[in-house]
Amino acid sequence: MSAPRPGLAELAPDRLPDGVLAVVRRSCPTCSLVAPVLAQLAGAGVGLTVWVQDDPSFPAGVAGVVDDTGLELSYRLGVTTVPTLVRVEGGREVERLEGWDRAGWERLTGVGDLGPGLSGFSPGCGSMTVEPGVADELAVRFLGPALKSRRVDLGRLEDEAEAMFARGWTDGLPVVAPTEARVLRMLDGTRRAPDEVVAVVPPDQVPCTVEKVAVNAVLAGCRAEYLPVVLAAVEAACTDEFNMHGLLATTYFSGPVVIVNGPVALAVGMNAGLNALGQGNRANATIGRALQLVVRNVGGGRPGGVDRATLGNPGKYTFCFAEDEAGSPWEPLSVERGFGPGASTVTLFAGSGVHGVVDQLSRTPESLARSLALALRAVAHPKLALGFDVVLVVSPEHARVFKEAGWDKARLRAELDGLLTVPGQEMVRGAGGVAEGVPEGFASTSLPKFRPGGLIIVHAGGTAGLFSAIIGGWVSGPTGSEPVTREVGS
Amino acid sequence: MRGTEGEDGRVVLDPTGELAPQSRPRVARPHSLDGLRVGLLDISKPRGDVFLDRLAERLSARGLRLERYRKPTFTKPAPVDLRHEIATNCDVVIEALAD
Repeated sequence: MSAPRPGLAELAPDRLPDGVLAVVRRSCPTCSLVAPVLAQLAGAGVGLTVWVQDDPSFPAGVAGVVDDTGLELSYRLGVTTVPTLVRVEGGREVERLEGWDRAGWERLTGVGDLGPGLSGFSPGCGSMTVEPGVADELAVRFLGPALKSRRVDLGRLEDEAEAMFARGWTDGLPVVAPTEARVLRMLDGTRRAPDEVVAVVPPDQVPCTVEKVAVNAVLAGCRAEYLPVVLAAVEAACTDEFNMHGLLATTYFSGPVVIVNGPVALAVGMNAGLNALGQGNRANATIGRALQLVVRNVGGGRPGGVDRATLGNPGKYTFCFAEDEAGSPWEPLSVERGFGPGASTVTLFAGSGVHGVVDQLSRTPESLARSLALALRAVAHPKLALGFDVVLVVSPEHARVFKEAGWDKARLRAELDGLLTVPGQEMVRGAGGVAEGVPEGFASTSLPKFRPGGLIIVHAGGTAGLFSAIIGGWVSGPTGSEPVTREVGS
Repeated sequence: MRGTEGEDGRVVLDPTGELAPQSRPRVARPHSLDGLRVGLLDISKPRGDVFLDRLAERLSARGLRLERYRKPTFTKPAPVDLRHEIATNCDVVIEALAD
């Protein structure tokens, strides 16, 4: 006889039956092996409760077996292996063992001489709750109702991809349907509660929960382990300093660029090497895309709406890469920005596309620095200064030139700053026959191309190619956007 | 995928902010500026002041009361206090948007 199934309200982990709780299934050989042990415990006055996953008539000779063929008890208890033996005091779990281990079971139950004649140890089997397909179904059944997002029922005859295009949820490329099961799997990537507010997303200033980020991460094609990176990127983008609102609204080319540092980059399989700024790596592609989809869908920021870009740039689909720290002669960007070595971070930069720099002939750091400075001067316009930050992505072959000469990053930056301090008379409006330029009042001074801290240097790229990349910025500083770094949580 | 199908199709979660916009009627456009308090808002774009200075000349010549305002930066929405101040002190506002 199986006992009536307790109501769900009684299933919270702090309302368990006191004594000893065993979770078993008949189809598990170890559970069958220990059936006599359970009968022994039933007669020992330890307050035995047995939850059985497949056959309520199992184990024979034990009263008070609870039918858990619906698996909700096992699921809520987080059982992954059977048999699982739990000691409960005051309604709460105090100890748990998995599989059969005579010594352990005797200690947990306080009953001696258990299972005479059995071997002393037998590993358990997988709980039915973790079987493929079942785990998703249980998550939807028991955790799905906690998700707050509106359910949208796509018609049976609607093409799924077309339906999501039609609802305006995409950036122009197909998206992955955010089913409850997929969103729940995505949420497994973080310990943060689904209803925690991550940021207030512009332009509509909408409080955005972990759940909404997860929904958009599914759309973007992320794996669950990317979610903490996406969350950190959303947090960083939605700060007042980064100014996502203005970055979205501008007529300029720019959009958020996500630079990832630390062990998380390797852990989730990001690309910092060959083609680091290009296509083909799922983590790079989908983390940057997820951020953009959050801005689009949650914040309501869309091209032609608040996004007024004259031309935009392809990086507004996604622009995310990792710094190659292992191959770098320099400290990582995250360390420069005040985080400890080994910290995982995202740095958000308001960037406007990639401009390549070729220098295949410089073999001295002085020559290469001059080369880079010439190219850096063109950011936004060679006759404009101080208004735009820049990220200089130095590739391994260029970095080697500096490394062999003993130039650290500070030295390179100092040299570039010197080379990029330009006489105002070359920069003023009308100079060189070009109307664009800085106001005439600067004619008698020299102007630094970049503000202090406005030249960011990172190391990435493949090992062949004497090229580096310039990612020009947008309006810099308190007037526009400050680069923002956030630690990636769990 | 089991557990994600409704009776007629597939159930997905809404990725949007799920806002329900409320429409509010605009203040009626005045027939004349006579006797109205006019705000001139510079959003801090280059040369916006040139445009507003000229407007100020023209409007002052008509004897209108003018108030000048300036956003701290064109890249961010006007601060709430500034919006409140304009709404409190002005009947109409002219904003210089572009370079």
